[in-house]
Amino acid sequence: MTVTIRRQERTVRHVNVDMSTKLGSLTVADPVFTASGCAAAGQELAAFNDLTAIGGVVTKSIQLNPRAGRATPRMAETPSGMLNSIGLQGPGIDIFINRDLTWLAEHQVNAVVSIAGQSVDEYAKLAGKLRGKPVAMIEVNISCPNVEDRGQVFACDKSAAASVVQAVKRAAPAGVPIFAKLSPDVTDIVSIATACVDAGATGLSLINTTLGMVIDTTTMRPLLAGVTGGLSGPAIRPLALRCVWQVHQAMPEVPLFGIGGIRTGLDALEFILAGASAVQIGTVIFNDPGAPSRVSRELSEALTERGMDRLDQAIGLAHRPPEVVIPESPDPPGDELVDELYEESIASDIDEMAVFADDQWLEDQDV
Amino acid sequence: MAPIQVKGEVLGVKPVGEYFSMTVVAPGIAERTKPGQFVAVAVGGDAGGLLLRRAFSIYSVRETGVYGGTVEFIFSVAGRGTAWLAAQRPYDPIDIVGPLGRPFALPREPANCVLVGGGYGAAPLFPLADALRTRGCRIDAVLGASTGDRLFGALDAKRMAASVAFTTDDGSYGEKGRVSDVLPDVISRVHADVVYACGPMAMLEAVQRVASDAYDGAGIPTQLSVEESMACGIGVCMTCVLPIVGNDGHTRMARSCVDGPVFGGDRIRWDALGTVPDDAVGAQL
Repeated sequence: MTVTIRRQERTVRHVNVDMSTKLGSLTVADPVFTASGCAAAGQELAAFNDLTAIGGVVTKSIQLNPRAGRATPRMAETPSGMLNSIGLQGPGIDIFINRDLTWLAEHQVNAVVSIAGQSVDEYAKLAGKLRGKPVAMIEVNISCPNVEDRGQVFACDKSAAASVVQAVKRAAPAGVPIFAKLSPDVTDIVSIATACVDAGATGLSLINTTLGMVIDTTTMRPLLAGVTGGLSGPAIRPLALRCVWQVHQAMPEVPLFGIGGIRTGLDALEFILAGASAVQIGTVIFNDPGAPSRVSRELSEALTERGMDRLDQAIGLAHRPPEVVIPESPDPPGDELVDELYEESIASDIDEMAVFADDQWLEDQDV
Repeated sequence: MAPIQVKGEVLGVKPVGEYFSMTVVAPGIAERTKPGQFVAVAVGGDAGGLLLRRAFSIYSVRETGVYGGTVEFIFSVAGRGTAWLAAQRPYDPIDIVGPLGRPFALPREPANCVLVGGGYGAAPLFPLADALRTRGCRIDAVLGASTGDRLFGALDAKRMAASVAFTTDDGSYGEKGRVSDVLPDVISRVHADVVYACGPMAMLEAVQRVASDAYDGAGIPTQLSVEESMACGIGVCMTCVLPIVGNDGHTRMARSCVDGPVFGGDRIRWDALGTVPDDAVGAQL
């Protein structure tokens, strides 16, 4: 008799997963965006991704005037990540609108415009310039030094962050969601997040890079021309995830972008489960320029594998209370050992405090 | 043509003097490649923790073959990423993006071309020589390195060029000295019209100085392929910039991956390399 073993088809059909997500008044068909500073203004990535099929492109933070950025070296590779110190090189908002925003609109790509100012007034001017323009959302990069406050970073101060958000909100085109992108380099991210939401932010982008440095052991000097740089990549993923978790826990109704070292669909799923409504792919694009499309596909496969047919079923799911499992009937004979271990674990769960308060069951071992 | 990303396969890795040559089966890249372009290769595997691609000038391409299109590049083991590359074996998967960057500009009419290579920087000069020969150009070459083992492509160069001059810092092969020491003589002897070069920045700067002094200061044009460290290779990260003078006379921080890696030597602000000059567009004073 011949036995034919047919290999199980591993291809998961994910066309049935509803990947749409709501970010304030904006509903997008897919939750994966490119992160600011890692995709320029989208054009270069069009060779590797269908940018109309992902959530959108968050453009590199744009300022009022052209900016040459910092000297080189601007980059250092680090374990599972990198440092960058670009200094927001860019053409300025006017050229950006005429050239880049027009390109995105012509190609029907959702444009999330990241703006960066050196004063509250500059942020307002930038937001004002976007009135009547094809903008899906404004992301406010508040990890910039405030020239009016001794170079203090807006994102590190509750009231400075709130003033920026308020000014942007007032000047921005009506109905366009405003997300504030927060720095993790703060003592209490929830208080900054709350201040931004109270000031009118639709949602929050968590997180920007965290400050780091590398010293070149040959020259025995800092490797980056700018001395310090922003650390990004999978190295910061747990830190980013913690921030999303904490902010979602405090304000579950506020939509969040999860950002930080997302490399795969499962990484993206972690952020969704922690409470993000959408994610942004950054540094990993440098490794895999096709990452935005790939992560989107992998995320929908991961949802299917978990029996979900809508993305929103997964948002914040990791915050649900623990399930209490009560065994319905004794285990079948032959599983005594398993049974015993199981009971022990239940017992230790229940009596944990008691056990540790009175560790009679512990026996000192001779050395 | 737009670059593509290919999940390729290693065809072979072999030592070449002090360097390594890797040939990758990467259908689609060979057909699009022009001399001077490069590939960006992911290193370290998925679990390796190295995120940034390594960029290498393309040494040769084969459009068709038993295996489909192949791409060959030369590298030096300088760190963990390149050590990983050198340890790859035939059939190993390798993720490669290319062809990237602006290629060498070619003379419209047959011209006398001097090709200058430093170490394994000479690699892209060989496909360039093929293209120049097709256009009826005369080719003379100058290859230099710190030591004889670090010269790349000496035999190939002898085959493709009317003359080849070799220099080494230690005199272990050819003349003791730098390529820029022998270049003035080569330019005047062969009545050179243009100089092409690829190698370390200090070498390129010296080559540019010689070329602009040629013919009693009249100078000849150069096409120089620069070496800047890159993170993405595709134009999105803004790390590989250098100050370049544009057609409008203004200096901008240009990306060597998409605006280069080949620049006219007269466009590079040699005085300001590694800095943002005060007169650059958008400089913060």
